Amino acid sequence: MTDRVPVLKIGQILLVSIQTDLEDQMVLDLQEDLSQRIVDTNAQGVVIDITALEIVDSFVGRMLATIASISRVLGSETVVVGMRPAVAMTLVELGLSLPGVRTALTLERGMEQIKRLNQNPSAPR
Amino acid sequence: MTQGEGSAELLDLMESRRDEFVQGWVRSVSGTLRGRLSAAEVAQELGEIYNALLGALKQGGLAGRGDHFSEVRSLLIELSRNRARQGFTPTETALCVFSLKQVLEEALVASPDGARSYLQLARLLDDLGLFTVEEHAKTREEIISSQAEQLLELSTPVVKLWDGILGVPLVGTLDSARTQVVMEKLLQGLLDSNSTHAIIDITGVPAVDTQVAQHLLKTVVAARMMGAQCIISGIRPQIAQTIVALGIEFGDIATKATLAAALHDALAEIDEASSLRKEGLL
Repeated sequence: MTDRVPVLKIGQILLVSIQTDLEDQMVLDLQEDLSQRIVDTNAQGVVIDITALEIVDSFVGRMLATIASISRVLGSETVVVGMRPAVAMTLVELGLSLPGVRTALTLERGMEQIKRLNQNPSAPR
Repeated sequence: MTQGEGSAELLDLMESRRDEFVQGWVRSVSGTLRGRLSAAEVAQELGEIYNALLGALKQGGLAGRGDHFSEVRSLLIELSRNRARQGFTPTETALCVFSLKQVLEEALVASPDGARSYLQLARLLDDLGLFTVEEHAKTREEIISSQAEQLLELSTPVVKLWDGILGVPLVGTLDSARTQVVMEKLLQGLLDSNSTHAIIDITGVPAVDTQVAQHLLKTVVAARMMGAQCIISGIRPQIAQTIVALGIEFGDIATKATLAAALHDALAEIDEASSLRKEGLL
């Protein structure tokens, strides 16, 4: 039995804080848990915190994009927060620009962004 | 230890007339200094080298790359490093060693077995002279590479323009090494200053081709992934024409003609966010 990544609820926002390197099964579980929680809680948005991740490869990059797409289909926005400089540079070198994924520097800003998006749905990312 | 007769004779001569030779050597080297070093310093340097040379000859003959010449070599390394830093040419540095030949030549001509001794000595000194030139070149290369590094550091400052807005004035051509440095500094700056906007000013970039544009795009994308909005400013009329002629697409990245216009835009966005916050919407 592998660990599951917890999905926390703060007000109308779901928070996923990834603390360890992810295995395939954990990612699949997370996608399932998260989509279920979005539907159950009618969440406004999802914040994924990757401050603790020192290595983000194409696999994790794809996972972030997939989760963003899933939550958009379910009517909530996803913001990835806390990406480290080294991680950002690695992703760019790999040619991954995470299209369709919103980003913010800190958790606080990520939550602000979601609130703003709900006030003004046409805002640019 | 096999020492030829010539070498033994040479050794005797060098030992007995040490002071005279050192003085002659210092005199001939001093002629090339042109005031960059004092004669006393040269006298001390050359005296030390002469003593080390004499010691090495006593120990084990004329093989200039052998172990017993290590002291001589380390003294020569020091000498050529100093010379390189003081701006002496390789020729001038090598002449420091070669001029000893001249000094000894006069003394050896007079002796019966002098020609042989002189040839042996010449071979040794040629070897040491070449070694000096090599060291000189190595030092010069070190100086050049450390200067290049400093230039790289100096030419990519990241400045805080406003609360939440960083500026990156780029000067000079962007290659992949510089892009790397710019990116690193910008991203770290965003993190440290908790900024939401970055303005990359390319007024000082002489030309923008597809390569440079590619590097700019990479930087912008990386900053975006850290959650910052990027604006590229300082696009001169000619550059704008080149960009269009080359068919470079900046996509949805905002570009402005001047830094002032970019700052205006960034401030407006920050203002909007803070007014929303004041109204309690955020």
